[in-house]
Amino acid sequence: MTVKLGVPSKGRLMEKTFDWFGERGVTLSRTGSEREYSGKVDGVEDVQLVLLSAGEIPRELAAGRLHLGVTGTDLVREKLVQWDQQVEEMAALGFGFADLIVAVPSCWVDVDCLDDLDAVASAFRAEHGHRLRIATKYHRLVRDYLRAGGVADYQLVDSQGATEGTVKNLTAEAIADITSTGETLRANHLKILGDGPILRSQATLFRSRKAQKSVAERAALKQLLDRLGL
Amino acid sequence: MNVPSTVTRAEAARLLAFFEQAGAQRVDCGILQPAEVLLDLYGEDIRGRAYVTQDPSRGEQMLRPDFTVPVVQMHMTGGAEPARYTYAGEVFRRQEDHPERENEYIQVGYEVFDRVDPDAADAEVFALFHTALAPLGLHPATGDIGILMAAVEGLDTSARRRAALMRHIWRPRRFRALLDRFAGRSPVPASRAALLRAEDALADAGPMIGLRSVAEISARIEALREDAQDRPLSEAQVAALDAVLAVRETCPFALERLRDIAVDLPAISGALDRFARRIDALDKRGVDIEHLDFEASYGRTSMEYYDGFVFGFYAAGRPDLPPVATGGRYDALTRRLGNGAEIPAVGGVIRAGLIEILGGGQ
Repeated sequence: MTVKLGVPSKGRLMEKTFDWFGERGVTLSRTGSEREYSGKVDGVEDVQLVLLSAGEIPRELAAGRLHLGVTGTDLVREKLVQWDQQVEEMAALGFGFADLIVAVPSCWVDVDCLDDLDAVASAFRAEHGHRLRIATKYHRLVRDYLRAGGVADYQLVDSQGATEGTVKNLTAEAIADITSTGETLRANHLKILGDGPILRSQATLFRSRKAQKSVAERAALKQLLDRLGL
Repeated sequence: MNVPSTVTRAEAARLLAFFEQAGAQRVDCGILQPAEVLLDLYGEDIRGRAYVTQDPSRGEQMLRPDFTVPVVQMHMTGGAEPARYTYAGEVFRRQEDHPERENEYIQVGYEVFDRVDPDAADAEVFALFHTALAPLGLHPATGDIGILMAAVEGLDTSARRRAALMRHIWRPRRFRALLDRFAGRSPVPASRAALLRAEDALADAGPMIGLRSVAEISARIEALREDAQDRPLSEAQVAALDAVLAVRETCPFALERLRDIAVDLPAISGALDRFARRIDALDKRGVDIEHLDFEASYGRTSMEYYDGFVFGFYAAGRPDLPPVATGGRYDALTRRLGNGAEIPAVGGVIRAGLIEILGGGQ
């Protein structure tokens, strides 16, 4: 009979989320040992804190197992088909900023935009006999973006981590990943294409459009949102 | 809701018998297809449209998104000529952007591999579909990618620019951007201008990483410098190409309009002769060509490898439904899959389930 609020279970994203709620009179805290993923909510009634990986929050919202959840807009848009019919953006929280970008080796002095990338992909395929590989974990967002941009002769290769290293390791020619300062890109001799990011992401509070609500839960949700000024 | 109904299956069987009656040999092919061939043909886009699955020993497999590719492969590895094939079975399409649409449905197809008279073969396929679908009162649309390709081939510009345009005929937005650039309508970006001016463009390149070599980078810079010296595509040529793309008339008027445009773009004359022969062949087969629509841009946004005649049949007043039937000529596909061989080929598919929805089933 409680409203379930999903929050990232670790690190800065969790701490900043706790701060954001705390500033609005809703105190979130972890309970038990440092390693146990349980928490509590003070300041409003009938709200349960669920700590889980930011990457799983979109799925749980879409399944209706969470009423509210904090996660990145990048993850919601990548993981949920027709995301806006499944969740509603309630508030942008003002932290966890990251841009999803396409980056190529800095030594590609002839490449500045998608137009160039497409031309290079065509020549690359003719020269090497396979499509130009772009390493990413954001398959849907990147594919949609490149299709809209009219880029051909590329292929996506899955990279779940250390994506910036794939070019040097010769497992990809370019990457599409999130970046906040661009420092890791520069350290790995990569540069961002000038067309602007695929997506600007930040930590956002989402409401599930799928979660069933009892009368009591509806009241608890309203009380929580009122307290948050939403 | 995904399982095709008995009515749909009966309709598919009826169409299959109809195409067999017309002289086609019935063929079948596996539901699982090696993903590599399809990925190589269609590129990354196909992953968004087809179901891909992994097999540790066979590599990536795809639930067949259509029959055309496996049927072409089968024909190119030893089919007798000429050949007419028909088939019926489920195809599988992911519907990320339209979850309400079916992701599994029955296609019935008819494919012709015949060197003798390709224009007559175009008419044969269209007329058969027209007859098979006649009770539904559908609206037919036709086009011809071959005319567009001839128009691009005939542009008075460098081979490199023509190849770039040709590569993007099926991506209208990129095609338009290239055309604007080649015509000098879009400004040269500052970074490009700086690159072209630089004494040694690679001076500040930093460490060389990745598979793409210095030689490849230098070759492209050289190509960009040569391209910058080319004179812009003339306004008259761009206007003629735009005029081709804008043609939207009934067949006889479309041909007349295109003949007028050919005065400025004589390279399309050969393709127009084929269009004229096709109209005659359609007429002989009893198709009402006076009222048959022709749209020069039709078929440009489909992912299929059509490179000539293209057609579709639509349910009037039902914009929510996909076309009931689509088809076209795909000579280039036989070349891609033929290991050096090629044969003129044309065909199409009917979605049997839509016939039931439109109340046409038995």
